[in-house]
Amino acid sequence: MVGIRSYGGYIPRYRLNRMIVFGSMGWINPANMLNAQGEKAVANFDEDSVTMAAAAASDCAAGFNRDLVGGVYFASTTAPYKERLCANLVAGALAAREDVRTADFGGGLKAGTSALIAALDAVSAGTAENVLVSAADSRLGTMGSVQELMFGDGAAALMVGDTDVIAEFKGSFSTGHDFVDHFRGSEAKYDRQWEERWIRDVGFGQFIPEVVNGLCEKYGVAPGDFAKIIYPCYFGGARKSLNKKLGLEADQVVDNLQAVVGDTGTAQPLLMMVKALEEAKPGDKILLISYGSGCDALYFEVTDKLHELKPRRGVMGSLNRRADLDNYAKYLTWRRMVKVDTGLRGEEQKWTRWSLMWRSHRAMLSLEGNKCTVCGTVQFPPQKVCVNPECGAVDQTEPVVLSDVGGKIASFTSDMLAASINPPAVYGSVNFNGGGRYIFDFTDCTVDDLAVGGPVDFSFRIKYYDAMRDITDYFWKAVPAAEGAE
Amino acid sequence: MAKGIRDKVVILGMGCTKFGERWESAPEDLAVEAFTECIEDAGIEKKEIQAAWLGSHFDEINIGKGGNFLGAALKLPLVPVTRVENFCASGTEAFRGACYGVASGAYDIALALGVEKLKDTGYGGLPDSPAFGQQQAMIGPNATAPGMFAQLGTAYSAAYNVPMEKVKEAMAHISWKSHQNGANNPRAHLRKAIPVEQILAAPMIAYPLGLFDCCGVSDGSACAIVTTPEIAKKVKANEELVKVKALQVSVSSGEEAMYTDWDGSGMLTTRRASSEAYKEAGIKNPREEISMMEVHDCFSITELATMEDLHISEPGKACDDILDGFYDLTGQIPCQPDGGLKCFGHPIAASGLRMLFEMYNQLLRRWPEERLVKDPKFGLTHNLGGVPNQNVCSIAIVGL
Repeated sequence: MVGIRSYGGYIPRYRLNRMIVFGSMGWINPANMLNAQGEKAVANFDEDSVTMAAAAASDCAAGFNRDLVGGVYFASTTAPYKERLCANLVAGALAAREDVRTADFGGGLKAGTSALIAALDAVSAGTAENVLVSAADSRLGTMGSVQELMFGDGAAALMVGDTDVIAEFKGSFSTGHDFVDHFRGSEAKYDRQWEERWIRDVGFGQFIPEVVNGLCEKYGVAPGDFAKIIYPCYFGGARKSLNKKLGLEADQVVDNLQAVVGDTGTAQPLLMMVKALEEAKPGDKILLISYGSGCDALYFEVTDKLHELKPRRGVMGSLNRRADLDNYAKYLTWRRMVKVDTGLRGEEQKWTRWSLMWRSHRAMLSLEGNKCTVCGTVQFPPQKVCVNPECGAVDQTEPVVLSDVGGKIASFTSDMLAASINPPAVYGSVNFNGGGRYIFDFTDCTVDDLAVGGPVDFSFRIKYYDAMRDITDYFWKAVPAAEGAE
Repeated sequence: MAKGIRDKVVILGMGCTKFGERWESAPEDLAVEAFTECIEDAGIEKKEIQAAWLGSHFDEINIGKGGNFLGAALKLPLVPVTRVENFCASGTEAFRGACYGVASGAYDIALALGVEKLKDTGYGGLPDSPAFGQQQAMIGPNATAPGMFAQLGTAYSAAYNVPMEKVKEAMAHISWKSHQNGANNPRAHLRKAIPVEQILAAPMIAYPLGLFDCCGVSDGSACAIVTTPEIAKKVKANEELVKVKALQVSVSSGEEAMYTDWDGSGMLTTRRASSEAYKEAGIKNPREEISMMEVHDCFSITELATMEDLHISEPGKACDDILDGFYDLTGQIPCQPDGGLKCFGHPIAASGLRMLFEMYNQLLRRWPEERLVKDPKFGLTHNLGGVPNQNVCSIAIVGL
């Protein structure tokens, strides 16, 4: 049986109330008042599609042996690189094996489900095992645009396998249409869209029924057979009329999280799928539909293995981990939509040494240290000579991945002098649980959240952005652990 | 067994510029200014200098690499010049090189000069620099010197269960004392006495360090000419001579940065270097025998932790000694009689030699009465370079 083995979700901590955006930009587009309801999830200054996809992937892989993962697919329309495979960054953050199949999917918003179908096909064909699909987006609308209000940031991940499947894959139906409702050229930072009435009436209004009917005919099912139906569409009126047209009951339709997250692009259908799985029961049939440059429709049936999967952060856990971003200008700064003053110190050169990075990629991407096989001392970065003053063994080590061991704060500070687009820079010394120590940047917190001895988890984040060379560099940061966590 | 440096080398002369924002001065100007004073004091001619050691830290600005700067700035007659760089210990390292050159018998007279021109970056604080190699530049925290040293405060408070309010109070006393001393010193960078209340109310730079917990970033140069006791007795017949009693350096082993047992509340290097220095100088009880100190108060918390690392205050008790006035100019061991890094200023590689300049002049009773330390016998200088978990510590002890 082929299907979904596990799921994971990630919604960034910061939420921007849409009225704050409207309060600053409503003057240029007063009709946007209609869209200024609820809040949107906003990636922190050190997050992007890669880091969010990595977070969702690690949530998805939690509790599984990392060597099980045989493939990592990354889907996004906001990848930080045109050339450099982002799936390798996600696989690196998972500390996956080096012989994994990796691929990036992009182009249209249905890339998330395209990646999922590719994974399902590979596992069905027996050419790959346990393929982890992670989709993330952080799309931008120009200041004052509808898209600025409607888009949100987030990621979702699904692991496809053929054992312990929690939702069996029954089949799919796809369409591909060069229907350009939204587009970005190769140099574009901001989304452009055509008239909303056309998107609503022709795009959603015709293409969603087209794949629902296509799939139902192909597999001999009816819309009413599904316990849960997932399709992205943030036009409230259009959703109502589509539900009516397809004969769907309110409890069949999975909430699109528009009021609390926003449209997360390629991640949107997968994020809704994670939410559906969090609420599903064995036997439920789920219809997962994506939209954008055509549609994919995927038909799943939940198995009784669902309850054997250990609870994870998912969508609900991510939603509960929240903080208000009460400052629109900060949002613009984080997304590099405006230029701010970081002082002359902020203009100093950052050099990315790719050969160095390749040499140390297990340390830098996977937070892999080493453990002395003579005395058991864990050390990061990996050392040739054991740091234990009583040991000093040379080259007698084995690798040890530290990204998921957590740690305790040994010292900390909050630095107003360091150049940052999100001052103060908060950092400190962290003792890994099980030994070893490193000084990490802290993120998703303020200094008031920190105390010596306090528990932290590690999160894969943007380390710096080199504007001169358009390089986004990544490393791990420490995040105060949720209450009660160890 | 090694015999050490004790009494093998004499400081023949010293010089030190005024430290500060020397916008008008090139590093060459600073070096010549310090050297001119030094050679006049030494009472020799330039051609008698047989070798020189030059300390400078930042490559990004300042004087570039190699020893050429000093040869050309002072027009030294083709003698060996060795540039040394060892973070904030660079000045003391230059001095150590010159002393060892003389003590080995290789040279009769040697020069040590430290110079740093910091105020050409266009921004406050130290220049941003990948101090620990390229990998750490890519993955290390977005840190500055105050932020790295500030962590001593949070770790110290936790390790000894001393409330942060008391740590802050002791830190404020440290800065208050250094401002008092600096105000009386015409060569100091910052020359204003500051009330404790103002220190405590200052804007935060890196928690728990406020503005007045951070030393000045300055331009400056200091230097020394050293020789053997025999030559010194000839050059300066019937004069008091300041002798080198101990020179020690200790460098982090990686233990502090990577091994979980270190609690981050003080410096292992200072503990080791000071123990070795006391042994070398023949000092049994530093709290009773050291007369005065210039320590590396890059931040007030560094001075606080250093009082314990030097084995003078009991572990966990530095705040009490500090608040009791033990380290004030009128206390038992005056610390930073010249204002310290805090107020005299901190041109990195000049600082070690500047500290020795103060000890030297105190021992020779050359300062006005109100600045003099009572009956000095041993003067200790201490530098701490790098950051608390990866550092270089140097200690020198001089005496009559």
